[in-house]
Amino acid sequence: MELIWEGIKQALVHILTADSEVLGITLRSLWISGAATLLSLAVGIPIGIALALARFPGRSFAVSLINTGMGLPPVVVGLFVSVFLWRSGPLGFLELLYTPTAMVIAQLIIAFPIVAGLTMAAFQTLNPNLSLQLLGIGASRLQLLWLLSKEARLPLLAAVMAGFGGVISEVGASMMVGGNIRGQTRVLTTATVLETGKGNFEIAIALGLILLLLTFAVNFLLTHIQQREQLRWPKPS
Amino acid sequence: MAEALLSLHGIRVRYDEPTVLEVDSLAVYPGEVLAVMGPNGAGKSTLLRLMGLLQQPTQGKIYFHDREVSPTDGLSIRRRMASVFQEPLLLNASVYDNAALGLKLRGLDGRTIEQRINPWLTRLGIEHLASRQARSLSGGEAQRTSLVRALALDPELLLLDEPFSPLDPPTREGLLLDLERILRETGITTVFVTHDRDEAFMLGDRVAVLIAGKIHQVGAAAEVFLRPVNEAVAHFVGIDTKLSGVVETVNEGWAQVRFNGGCVEVCGDFQAGEHLLLCLRPEDITLGAPGEDFESSARIRLIAKLVKIIPWGAHYRAELACGDNRLVALITRPSRALPSRAGMRR
Repeated sequence: MELIWEGIKQALVHILTADSEVLGITLRSLWISGAATLLSLAVGIPIGIALALARFPGRSFAVSLINTGMGLPPVVVGLFVSVFLWRSGPLGFLELLYTPTAMVIAQLIIAFPIVAGLTMAAFQTLNPNLSLQLLGIGASRLQLLWLLSKEARLPLLAAVMAGFGGVISEVGASMMVGGNIRGQTRVLTTATVLETGKGNFEIAIALGLILLLLTFAVNFLLTHIQQREQLRWPKPS
Repeated sequence: MAEALLSLHGIRVRYDEPTVLEVDSLAVYPGEVLAVMGPNGAGKSTLLRLMGLLQQPTQGKIYFHDREVSPTDGLSIRRRMASVFQEPLLLNASVYDNAALGLKLRGLDGRTIEQRINPWLTRLGIEHLASRQARSLSGGEAQRTSLVRALALDPELLLLDEPFSPLDPPTREGLLLDLERILRETGITTVFVTHDRDEAFMLGDRVAVLIAGKIHQVGAAAEVFLRPVNEAVAHFVGIDTKLSGVVETVNEGWAQVRFNGGCVEVCGDFQAGEHLLLCLRPEDITLGAPGEDFESSARIRLIAKLVKIIPWGAHYRAELACGDNRLVALITRPSRALPSRAGMRR
């Protein structure tokens, strides 16, 4: 117990004195996972909408793939991204392995099925006749998608939260494709693993606490927006 | 006849193999209210979706102002129409924002939208609800909002898909009367789909009867209700009494028709030996007790046995047996003079 308390005290010192290395790792984690989440929204939301609204051959197979992707093990993603970006791999000429870009790519692959799957579920909760009604008062296809997205905005926020939560907390893929290089690809999760291995529990606990606080802060913000929206709409009488 | 606003030709709609809709020809003329009436599952909503260009037919052509509609000009023509569905389907926004949605989709500015929305909110009696959230509305208020949203678009063609069916009777009657007044005052060309014959009779200038995907009869409302072309239409428009008979003699436009249970005289252009179906509306039948001094100008008088009388809304429904035939009469109240065995005359 003493070790834990000591670790927490040291962690607070690192946090409150804004330790430059800890701060750098925190900011790097935020931008890598933030970028991966934004890209996963750009890819996942259209795919989720298409799967929810369109009927085409192979749709069931595509839905199964997305559902499987929602539980994709990060180490498997890390393995395949590493193989592709390896110097002798198909995309080796890009020289991206052990760079933050490689980490963004790996996290994007982890997050987009989560976003696509939850987007699909969000759109499927809408009344199927709503599309017809909106078209029936003169909506274009693009206006229809915009209006349906607005209607599904509360469950869509859940997709954003789940996507961000999935990538900020993963360690396997980031370690494999980023290499945990100090000052370049070291993020909160990989640094925590490293410091724990070295026995530097106070730094590991500090990094762990920051990761928890960061995840909590982002989710608190999104939950606040979601719940405020929910309260604005009273239940039908 | 005037140029049709919208017409369907050789329409077939198939989901997998069975044909759910088969309309050889149907036209909607400017200024009229065409009520499409039929039982559940007859294909009414499919027909309305085709008219609103919200669904493509498997086969056939749709003309708008005598010009064939192609998939590329779907949006421009859709924006000259407006649809109201059975469920109001409002967005999570205020009544005003919902009512203004169609105009916003057309890119109109806020001031113009306000000028067009406010009179309709007043006309449909929901101006006091403008700032209310749509989710807090009752069914009737939500449907009124949905109607404002459609009417404010000043559509050339208004398509109404059973808009009253989810409403309770008093709300439904109030909205029905308001809509009847609005359609009469504005002259908006309307296609109104319903399974309720009273609604069809009240709103429709013409009535089309759609049964099992096929249009059996189209005509003036009174003609469809009083002169159905076949037994299926007769049944659907509420004629329970159908007497199958043979014309015995014809004299100066009057035909003597014999059926199992009696002989009656009917007016019409018939040939001796012709088989016909004599349809009697239940509200047109008057009952009289045996031996009662019964004053009536009716030419058809039948002797029948009263089988039962059951309450039927504000009326009573009397079922009678006449030979092998079953007769149904709708009466305001059971007469004291009517015993369990009664003579019925018309």
